[in-house]
Amino acid sequence: MDPAKLEFFRGTLDVLILKSLVWGPLHGYAITNLIRRQSDQALLLEEGTLYPALWRLENKGLLEAEWGLSENNRKAKFYKLTPEGRRQLRHEVKTWEAYVTAVAKVLAATQPPAQEEVA
Amino acid sequence: MTPTPIWRRYSRLFGADPAADVKDELRFHLQAKIDDLVAQGWPLETAREEAERQFGDVRAVQQIGIRMGEKMERRKRLQDYWNDSIQDARYTFRTLRRDPGFAAISILILALAIGANIAVFSVVNTLLLRPLPFPDSRQLVWIAPPPSACGLSCATYSADAYEELRDQSRVYQDLTGYMAFTSADNLRLTGRGEPQPATGFEIIGNFFQVLGVHPAMGRLFTAEETRPGVHPVALLAYAYWRRQFNSDPAIVGKSVELNGTPITIVGVLPDTFDFGAVFSPGAKVDLFTPLDLNLERDWGNIVTLIGRLKPGVTIAQALDDANRVAPNIYFNVKNPETLGRYKGDLIPVRLKDYVTGKLSRSLIALWGAVGVILLIAGVNLSNLLLARAIARAKEFAIRGALGASRNRIVRQLLMESLMLSSAGAALGLGLAGSLLQWLAHQGSVALPLLGNLRIDGQAMGWTVLVAIFTATIFGLIPGLRIAGGNLQEMLKDSGPGAGQGRKHERVRAVLVVFEVALACVLLVSAGLLLRSFVKVLDVDLGFQPDRAASIKVDYDDTAPTGEASQAKRGEIFRQIIDRVSALPGVEAAGISDYLPLGPNREWDSPVPKGKAFDPAELPSPLVYVVTPGFVRAMGIRLRGRDFTWADGPHSEKVVLINASAARFYWPGEDAVGKILMRGNEEDHIVGVVDDVHEETVEGGTGAQIYYPAMQQGPSGAQLVIRTAVPAATVAASVLRSLRDLNPKQPAAEFRPIQTIVDRAVSPRRFFMLLVGAFASLGLLLAALGIYGVISYSVTRQAQAIGIRMALGASVGRVQLDVVSGTLRLAGVGMMLGTLLALAVANLISSLLFATPSWDVPTYLGMAFVLMLVAAVSGYIPARRASGISPMDALRSS
Repeated sequence: MDPAKLEFFRGTLDVLILKSLVWGPLHGYAITNLIRRQSDQALLLEEGTLYPALWRLENKGLLEAEWGLSENNRKAKFYKLTPEGRRQLRHEVKTWEAYVTAVAKVLAATQPPAQEEVA
Repeated sequence: MTPTPIWRRYSRLFGADPAADVKDELRFHLQAKIDDLVAQGWPLETAREEAERQFGDVRAVQQIGIRMGEKMERRKRLQDYWNDSIQDARYTFRTLRRDPGFAAISILILALAIGANIAVFSVVNTLLLRPLPFPDSRQLVWIAPPPSACGLSCATYSADAYEELRDQSRVYQDLTGYMAFTSADNLRLTGRGEPQPATGFEIIGNFFQVLGVHPAMGRLFTAEETRPGVHPVALLAYAYWRRQFNSDPAIVGKSVELNGTPITIVGVLPDTFDFGAVFSPGAKVDLFTPLDLNLERDWGNIVTLIGRLKPGVTIAQALDDANRVAPNIYFNVKNPETLGRYKGDLIPVRLKDYVTGKLSRSLIALWGAVGVILLIAGVNLSNLLLARAIARAKEFAIRGALGASRNRIVRQLLMESLMLSSAGAALGLGLAGSLLQWLAHQGSVALPLLGNLRIDGQAMGWTVLVAIFTATIFGLIPGLRIAGGNLQEMLKDSGPGAGQGRKHERVRAVLVVFEVALACVLLVSAGLLLRSFVKVLDVDLGFQPDRAASIKVDYDDTAPTGEASQAKRGEIFRQIIDRVSALPGVEAAGISDYLPLGPNREWDSPVPKGKAFDPAELPSPLVYVVTPGFVRAMGIRLRGRDFTWADGPHSEKVVLINASAARFYWPGEDAVGKILMRGNEEDHIVGVVDDVHEETVEGGTGAQIYYPAMQQGPSGAQLVIRTAVPAATVAASVLRSLRDLNPKQPAAEFRPIQTIVDRAVSPRRFFMLLVGAFASLGLLLAALGIYGVISYSVTRQAQAIGIRMALGASVGRVQLDVVSGTLRLAGVGMMLGTLLALAVANLISSLLFATPSWDVPTYLGMAFVLMLVAAVSGYIPARRASGISPMDALRSS
């Protein structure tokens, strides 16, 4: 993957992580599973890249981590959204939608734009 | 998520471990994955491989995690520390507000001590540490012969010597200089209403280029303008341009009239250049004109030399070069026998050393004095804080019992001292600022660069350093004592007389002894300087400065021949003196070209007739050209007769010489009636006058000779009058008489002779006053310290005192005990202090005048003052002690 795409992916990963925590605290493994299932297996992220993103979000104060026990009683680190994280999620979703709309408009165009008027 | 069991929650009780956290987290991920794969039917081994494949580079991710975790941990620790400090600061603020008296006194003490330190640092920094205000000022050197007895004439060089040195030496980028024989108000600004006096220096054309001064407006002199016959030009000093020309923005190119000659102003020098501040401290210089070396060639030694060394040349190399060149330099190129006269007389020193080198000892002494003040203040504060800390010992003990670490308690105490010292420093900065503002405008103090004084970035930095240093020394001692104490002991230590309290009191007594010793050192130093100053004022100057004043007189000195001008001058001077002497209140009047304690010059070495001297040994007396009446007006004692108006150009040549000269020429004989030979001219000695201090009040005097103005050419005229009434009251009528005789007479300053003397002793007065002020401050602080300790000990012993009084001890007895305890403390401090003072006095002995460093009256005076202060500081608590009611004291426990 070339660096430009990676950059784009990382930005998207952040918002995906935030979104996956909307329904409650999860540990890292659960987050990968959730993203895969929600996207109908379309988004297969390399699991290793998830953790640096999680820690970065934690450092920024968008996530809060706490040690707890997993479903099968193993010690796991659970992440949950902070109020700040929730605000960030709303903001990024809006930005994402605007972006998608704009790109869609361009891609759906059927004729060149009208000549710009020169004053 | 299931809540963590209690044992796991506290598994990290002993500090966070980010590395383990990261490993745990990743291990869980892989394990969960393997579990899922196994559940889907993968064999365990391949499941593990698949899990690691899907994850990617576990090791790399783990590294990233550990690094990020550590960074976060550090940030968290910093955050905690910061939060604790803010909490401490808030807490300190609250406790200080509960005790405003304590806070106010400590802040005031600190403000005085820190303020004194900032002010003195600024003075030291400006005068000693900071380079001179010229670019690459380390390259600038002052070239002068070693000090000698014949005044300015032996400290300068001839025009020829300047040119020869410039052409022959190899170490300089360029050499320059200025005309040294310039007195204040030597010019008249005419053509603009009443003539105004002005002070102008003649400089060698490249002077400002060598110094690296760029004009604020216009340009510097061109090489062309230093040649004779060119239209005269001048550069204005910034202050003069503002004052005299109302900051006229179009001044460049305008013509003004100086002494009746039109002269074009080519530029204005920048505000930052203050000639007087660097080269003749305290003097104001208004304008500069180019010096025409050709006109001055036959005048002997007239210019000072300043050089700019080539980059990288050392002073030693410059000296080598000067010694190489000196034998090839003529005093006067026209006289071959004057070749090599400057051998050993070309000594370059850094310009900075020339300007402020003499002051370095005084300044360092001053710096030491404020350092001692800071120590005393620190000890005092330490004592106050210790007393407070003891009163709060229980609070600290409880906090300790509740889990506050010792570190935390020491930090809390340090925060308290830091807040106090910061407040003190802020206030001190204000005090120092106003003090410097005041000092910078003390034109009457003859110290160089004083006008540049201000609080700058370096002074600010110093303030911060001093504040932190003070806070540490006075906060740490109580902090360590309290934190080092046994918590249990402290909790138990409730009643007075308990062991811990007594131990603290001992610490405080030691601190007070230390404080008294330091105050001793300051008092002795100040005392010695004061005694020196008094001795300096007592010096017999050879003239009577009180009730005498001088004014610069302008006169027409144009005449076709030397003799004609002598006759004409004699007539003008005679009219002036007759008119002025007749004014009511004037006792005597006379004119001289130079006044004592100012610039001076010598001419040649006269030979006593009929005696054989080695020409090399003959002194070259300082020359004063005077009129009849000058000796009396100046209050100089005279044996023999004064000049009379009959001593004219055609009568016998007459002179007065001073006692030193008489002793040298005719030891054991009466010099009156003897003859001095100047070439073929016979000068008859008609009187012998007392030695007059010609340059400094403190220095010795050499040979001096007085010629009548009717027989020799004076350079200028200073009218001196002696009055029966305060001199200022006759100033107006004197000036009016001068104007009547000569409408061109400028409104020159009427200067009491005393101000000349005051100026000469002003640096000594300045240092004496400062050290005196610091000593008083030190004494006050020591007194406060003594009072604090005694007062506390009386409070602590209230019960014991009450019992003693109940058992019949008299009021006087109780008071005596307290006061004698105080004196014991002061006595020990004084003994220690006397030893210290002896050592310090030796260090400053070069600053003393006619006072030995073990001057007994000074030490006795110090002992008396200290004992008196100690007794008073002890008496106040003693009175309180004797006022204790036995019943109350017993009941209070």
